[in-house]
Amino acid sequence: MRLRITGLQVRFGERRVVDLAELAIAEAEIVGLAGESGSGKSMTTLAVLGLAHTVGARVDGSVRLDGAELTGLSQREMREVRGRRIAAIFQSPALAFSPVFRVGSVVHRALRLHGMTRTEAAAAAQRAMRQVLLPPALLDRYPSQLSGGQLQRVAIALALALRAEVLLADEPTSALDVTVQAEVLELLRDLRDREGMSVLFISHDLAVVAELCDRVAIMQDGRIVEQGPTSRVVTAPASSYTAELLAAVPRLGAGGGR
Amino acid sequence: MTPLPERGDRAVTPLLEITDLTVRFGPVRAVDGVSLRLAGGPFGLGLVGESGSGKSTIGRAVLRLVPTAGGHIRFEGKDVAALRGPALAGYRRAAQIVFQDPDNSLDPRIRVGASVAEPLIAHRIVARQLAAGRACELLAEVGLGPEFAGRYPHQLSGGQRQRVAIARALGVQPRLLVLDEPTSALDVKAQARILALIARLRADRNLAYLLITHNLGIVSELCEQTAVLYLGRVVESGATSELLSAPAHPYTRALRSAVPEIDVAARSARVVLPGEPPDATSPPPGCVFHPRCPLAVDRCATEVPALRTVRPARLVACHRAEEVLAEESTGAGQALGPSRPAGRPGWPPRVSRRPGPAPAGSGDAPRR
Repeated sequence: MRLRITGLQVRFGERRVVDLAELAIAEAEIVGLAGESGSGKSMTTLAVLGLAHTVGARVDGSVRLDGAELTGLSQREMREVRGRRIAAIFQSPALAFSPVFRVGSVVHRALRLHGMTRTEAAAAAQRAMRQVLLPPALLDRYPSQLSGGQLQRVAIALALALRAEVLLADEPTSALDVTVQAEVLELLRDLRDREGMSVLFISHDLAVVAELCDRVAIMQDGRIVEQGPTSRVVTAPASSYTAELLAAVPRLGAGGGR
Repeated sequence: MTPLPERGDRAVTPLLEITDLTVRFGPVRAVDGVSLRLAGGPFGLGLVGESGSGKSTIGRAVLRLVPTAGGHIRFEGKDVAALRGPALAGYRRAAQIVFQDPDNSLDPRIRVGASVAEPLIAHRIVARQLAAGRACELLAEVGLGPEFAGRYPHQLSGGQRQRVAIARALGVQPRLLVLDEPTSALDVKAQARILALIARLRADRNLAYLLITHNLGIVSELCEQTAVLYLGRVVESGATSELLSAPAHPYTRALRSAVPEIDVAARSARVVLPGEPPDATSPPPGCVFHPRCPLAVDRCATEVPALRTVRPARLVACHRAEEVLAEESTGAGQALGPSRPAGRPGWPPRVSRRPGPAPAGSGDAPRR
C-alpha cells in the first residue's frame, strides 16, 4: 500500500473530530472519501499532510507512506514529504495562488524550494503544464486571468512537476462548472493511468465519486461507516447512512420535469 | 421563446414574459436577445448554462437589479421597466429572489427573526408588533423552529441559512421567485432538503419560479421547462424531460453528458468540449458555439442560427438540430459523421467512454 492510515484520531481539546480505523490507498488507485460537511473529511486531509496542528488540533495514530511512518516526523522533515511526495489540491484553486504573483512564479518558487535549479524548475513547469493540457504560456498570467478550471489544472500541474506519488484532492471540482468538472475528473483518471499517481478524492457528491473512484470510504461524524469497491457501495450500500447520501443526489429524469 | 405547456387559459397570459432581452456590461453583452415565458404557478422554468452564460444576469434583470440595454420584461402583462411608485412596490412584493450565498444576503449582525421580519414591516404586510410572530410562522414553514429567530446567521449551517433566505423571500407573498443557484454552496444532503422544500412550497403557495443552476439534475427534479444558455443566448429550450432525454443542440448534449451519474447504465458517452467558452467581449462570428462544437460545418462560422421550432414545443438555435435529434432518437450516440473540414482545431472531438467503477471484488487489487 502506498498510503496507509491506521487508528488516526484528530482532536480539538476533548472533542474528537476524526476517528479513522483504517484507510489505505494502493499505487495507481483512486480512493474516494465521501461524507457531509463536518464529517471530518478535510481534517483527515490536514492530518495526513501534517498540518492539523496549524488549526489547533491534536493528532494520534499512524500515517505510512510506502511503509515509512510520517506522524513522528519533524516539521522540517514533513516539509520534504509535503508537496514533493504528497501533494494536495483544494476546492478553491484561487486560494492556492497569490493574486499579486503570476501563477508561474508561484509554481517556480515551489519547485525551487524542493531543490530544483532555475532551469530545471522552468523546464519541469512547462512539461507539467502540457501534461495537464494547458499552454505553458498561461504561466505568465495572474490568477484572475485564468478560469477556475484552468487554475485547478495549474495546481495539479504543480503536483505533477514535483512527481508527487499521492494526491489529496479535497473537493477539487465542487466550485467548477459541470463541463469543467468532467475535464478535471478525466485528467485525474489520466494521471492515475499514465503516472501511476495514487489519489485520495474527497467529496460530498457520491455521483462524482461513483464516476471516478475505484474504492470509496463513507465517513460520518469522523468515522468510516462503510468502505469497499465503489460499484458495490453505490449499488448495494451496507450502511443506511450511505443509502441516505445516495438518495440525496439529484438525478436526471428523476422528477420527469414534474 | 419558451413554449408554454397546454394548460388552458393560463397559456394566454404568461406570468412573466421576457422579449429580446439584452444586458450589457461595458463592451460585454452578458445577455443577448433572450426571450422566455413563465406560466403562473405552480411552475418551474430552469435556466442552465456554465459560468458566464448570462443566467444570473437574466434573473437580476427580472428583479430590476441590473439595467437592461434592450428588450422587454413583462409581469402579468405590464412592462416592469415602466413601473413607478406603488406599482413598483407591488412588483417588489410579487417578485422575490433567493441568492446562492446566504452569507452575503443575510446581515451577520441581525438576528434571523429580525431579518425575516424586516421585509414584512417595510412592505407593511403586518403591523410592526405582529412582525416577530409572523417571522416565526415563516421560519416554521421552511422547517426552522422558533428558537432560530434569536440566532445570528453564523450560528446556523449553510442549509439553515438558505432556509432563512427563503423564509425572508416568502414573507411578502411573492407569485414569482428567482432562485439563483440556491443550493450550489451546500453539500448534497443539505441540497436535497432545500430541493424538497422548494417542491413543497411551490405546491402549497402556487409559486412560479425561475431556477438558475448549472446542475441538470436539479432542473430535472424541479422544472417543467428548461432553457439552455450559452454566452448570453438561448441555444435550446423545451420541456425538461424531453430536452434532457433527446437534446437537439450539441451544447445541451455536451452539458448532459458531463453530469456525473451513479448508475453506470445511465452514463452516456462523454462529449468533451475543446477549449474554454469564448471571450464575451469579442464573441465569434456565426454561431457563438461553433469554435467548440463537435459538429460545426463551414456554415456555422458565418451564419447565426435562428432559434426555431424543430419539434412541438422545442426551440433550438442550431443549423444541424434535425440531424442531432434524429441521431438521439436512433440512439446512434456520436455517430454523426465528421462533416468538419480536416485541419480545423478542435476536430475530431475528444469522445471518451467513461469507465465504470471497478467490478466488485477487484477494488483492492492495486493496478500497475
